[in-house]
Amino acid sequence: MGTPQLSIDGLSVGYGRRKIIENLSLPAISGGAVTALIGPNAAGKTTLLRALAGLVPAKGSIRLDDTELTALSVAGHARHVTYMPQALPQRVALTVFEATLSALMSARADAISTAEAHERALHALDRLGIADLALRGLDELSGGQRQLASLAQSIVREPTVLLLDEPTSALDIHHQLRVMQLVAELARERGIIVVIVLHDIAQAARYAQRIVLLEQGTIAADGSPDAAITPATLARVYKVEARVERCSHGTLQVIVDRAV
Amino acid sequence: MSELSPHTQQLSAYARLVRRRVLIVAGLGALMLVAMLFDIATGPSNLPLADVISGILSPSSLDAPARVIIWEVRLPYALMAVLVGAALALAGAEMQTILNNPLASPFTLGVSSAAAFGAALALVLGMSLPFIPTDWNLPAFAFLFAFASVLLLQAMARLRGTGVETLVLFGIALVFTFNALVALVQYVASQEALQQLVFWSMGSLARSTWAKLGVLGLVTLIVVPFSLKASWRMTALRLGEDRARSFGISVARLRFFSLLRVSLLAATSVAFVGTIGFIGLVAPHIARLLVGEDHRFFLPGSMLAGAVIMSLASVASKTIVPGALLPVGIVTSLIGVPFFIALIFSRRERL
Ligand SMILES: Nc1ncnc2c1ncn2[C@@H]1O[C@H](COP(=O)(O)OP(=O)(O)OP(=O)(O)O)[C@@H](O)[C@H]1O
Ligand SMILES: [Mg+2]
Repeated sequence: MGTPQLSIDGLSVGYGRRKIIENLSLPAISGGAVTALIGPNAAGKTTLLRALAGLVPAKGSIRLDDTELTALSVAGHARHVTYMPQALPQRVALTVFEATLSALMSARADAISTAEAHERALHALDRLGIADLALRGLDELSGGQRQLASLAQSIVREPTVLLLDEPTSALDIHHQLRVMQLVAELARERGIIVVIVLHDIAQAARYAQRIVLLEQGTIAADGSPDAAITPATLARVYKVEARVERCSHGTLQVIVDRAV
Repeated sequence: MSELSPHTQQLSAYARLVRRRVLIVAGLGALMLVAMLFDIATGPSNLPLADVISGILSPSSLDAPARVIIWEVRLPYALMAVLVGAALALAGAEMQTILNNPLASPFTLGVSSAAAFGAALALVLGMSLPFIPTDWNLPAFAFLFAFASVLLLQAMARLRGTGVETLVLFGIALVFTFNALVALVQYVASQEALQQLVFWSMGSLARSTWAKLGVLGLVTLIVVPFSLKASWRMTALRLGEDRARSFGISVARLRFFSLLRVSLLAATSVAFVGTIGFIGLVAPHIARLLVGEDHRFFLPGSMLAGAVIMSLASVASKTIVPGALLPVGIVTSLIGVPFFIALIFSRRERL
């Protein structure tokens, strides 16, 4: 089996009568690499991820290799796809460990044993460096710690398609980089598809092999960081005057001069 | 001397946490038994506790009046208190989780009001159902309306685009609607019927019989395993609806069956004992403070906490005014509130 491929064809998503994404098609997203989904507020990034996870009704086709995901039930989706929501739950009297466990125990399609679930949950916490928080209550954590806990609930499921909605928005710079490195590692190690929504364009450029730039439900740019991130597209989509330059280390840097 | 791997350490710490929770739940169970014994031993006719215990163990050792007191009054009342407390608390706990609202309970979302309206129709307008024996007519009416009110909530939940917040608002609207309807019926009621209705709505264990106990016991016995079976799913739902669905949980289904269980539990309880407002709201909070929201412990913890409060309330209803049996619905809040506040404060100090 090669790396998985996710193809989106003629996808339309909306809330009630309001269409957010209409007839969107994308060249297949491959496993083994990180794909960053960027775009301004209200562009439809969250909506697109939720559609991929089967959380909003969508018309059109979403195929994972030979499986048509739109035809699957909630449980069917969950076997392949995991979505980490942008919003974190409030006031939950569960420990970090229990919350992570519930990701495995609540719908045990692949009947793993309890001991195995415990091991996997701790392993996930370990990889995020929060094993020492395992028995702390979610409601006693800082915002960033809660975001890491939420991320643990996603990676512990070891999905084929990992969808992360702004997983680093509450993190300090150390933890942002740590999470981005982990995500890149997971993609490489397990050959999985990772789609990650980010607002930090430079970070997207640095860690993703492919950038999809969304603007009002349509694709404004799609390709390698070099191709997708240019002063022209940034000016058009984000309404900013920006320079895109390579620093002395050869890394792509985005220098934003001002909003226009 | 060997260094434990971090995982072994975390796992044994978690095992300790689980053990502590099991102990707390068991402790609540023991507390419930003690409260129940007290409940059986309290009453206007002063039977010593030893007599009560031996009377329960071997009924033949009692003289006839004592046997009637213990077996037809004390025991059914005490068991009803425990059962109703547990059933209402479980209903409240499930509602708070699936509606994601700490203020949800059978009382706050209109189940009790609906039951009161059903009771009013039976009492005041003398309505009756075919095939139902007369002394079951009133509970049957109360049950039907209570059950229907949750089904109505259910129907709203099934409507496309109705979020859980809307559902809670709709429940509150039901409270006001049924209260107004009850008031309307009261307005046309005779003095005597009015008095009966007011007394009914206060909630009382004095209507307990072995048959009613059997019905409520059966309903609880059927419902509880399904609740426990859903406990991991409900735990996951606490992390948010998108999150739970992304774990593969059909939240709509979970909500549907949970509300069905809630309606059975709440409607049966309220039909037999009348309005008891506080338990369904507060017992889950007590359990949450004690064992957290892992529903494997949270649901049993809520049930036992509810049973304990109700049992203590029953004791108090017999002792606050010597010689008089106060309606237990009045006492539950008087007992529950200080208990609850004490718990909140003791918890704050530890943090
Ligand atoms: N539940 C909803 N009901 C109705 N409209 C919605 C809903 N969720 C989002 N929308 C609308 O869909 C559009 C896209 O929203 P979405 O959340 O996908 O944006 P986003 O790209 O994730 O933005 P952000 O960067 O702010 O998270 C917005 O115009 C928003 O108003
Ligand atoms: Mg978003």
